[in-house]
Amino acid sequence: MKIQVLGSGCPTCKKMFELVQTTVRDMGITAEIEYISDIQKIVAMGLLQSPVLVINDKVVLVGATADMEKIKNIILQQSA
Amino acid sequence: MDIFYPIKIVADFLTFTILNIQTETHIAHVVNFFIYDTIKILLLLVIIIFTISFVRTFIPAEKIRSILVRKNEFVGNILASLFGIITPFCTCSAIPLFLGFIQAGVPLGVTFSFLISSPMINEVALVLLLGMFGWKIALLYVITGLIIAILSGIIIGRLKPENLIEDFVFKQKISAHFEETKISVSKRAYFASEYTLGIIKKVWPYLLVGIGLGALIHGYVPASALTAIIGSSHWYSVPVAVIIGIPLYSNAAGIIPLVSVLLEKGVSVGTALAFMMSVTALSLPEFIILKKVMKTQLILIFAGIVATGIIATGYIFNIILS
Repeated sequence: MKIQVLGSGCPTCKKMFELVQTTVRDMGITAEIEYISDIQKIVAMGLLQSPVLVINDKVVLVGATADMEKIKNIILQQSA
Repeated sequence: MDIFYPIKIVADFLTFTILNIQTETHIAHVVNFFIYDTIKILLLLVIIIFTISFVRTFIPAEKIRSILVRKNEFVGNILASLFGIITPFCTCSAIPLFLGFIQAGVPLGVTFSFLISSPMINEVALVLLLGMFGWKIALLYVITGLIIAILSGIIIGRLKPENLIEDFVFKQKISAHFEETKISVSKRAYFASEYTLGIIKKVWPYLLVGIGLGALIHGYVPASALTAIIGSSHWYSVPVAVIIGIPLYSNAAGIIPLVSVLLEKGVSVGTALAFMMSVTALSLPEFIILKKVMKTQLILIFAGIVATGIIATGYIFNIILS
């Protein structure tokens, strides 16, 4: 599984990245997690908010502050 | 009749019957005020934020962009400021929003109108103004906020500050195309309730501290003491309020209940409004993050124009309402 967090370098975006890392560790799955701070990428996707959560090249969450439970659910949905 | 009267009954019941505090004491005033304000503000937060975020699911920022891209000055500035009301603002989105608007061809001045209105007229500020100062001041805030956003955007656009924006911004062009996706009403309601819950989770500690301090001042500090210090309108009280407001963004939820009590104790309305606007519209973290796309000079021009508008608003209301 490939997980990417795209952010503008703001605290909320970094928090999201750390949250994804802990969630993945917690779930005991193997995933390649990447933090991308190239804002042009977000804009090129047609989006206007950050952070953006991308799993296997699919945008799954935009602009929201999520908790671990929610990220867990999203990861489970995407791996199903 | 006061529509908040049922809350008053609940607050009285909790204070005097459940907690069994003797009426007409300082502590009774403080506790009663705290319970009443907390219930009222939380209720207003839930109702108003849910409504706004539900409406918002129909008009996402991407759709707003597709509308603004075809608009000229004036109409564009007015629409951008109006759309800014319903759009939530997070400092983390300032850059993608700015890049996304400019690269899709939204005029610079119009983009600035949106960047000013969006944080200044936000739902939390609106709820607090409504709950603490009443609908007249809330409406006054929205209207003057809109005027500041529209005018500042037009002025910045006229200054043609393109040379003060980092070159890379203009190197890319993107499409403003917006594809409407079908979302069921229940899903929209789910988004709205999730958003509302998220906001309340974020602001409640500040809110309780703010209301608590306000309640203490309300109960213990005599009006004359405060009025002597800050109440009487000094010529410098408005600019000072604006300067204090700049670094306070994240604590807006806690500051406003405090301001409402200060207002009750004699701070003038114009000064309170200017302070609120400064807290929401002039944010230090936002300025710092904007440095990624524009030169410091433009950030200073932007902050200067908005601050001037806010200070003028403060003075105007202090004069009209005195």
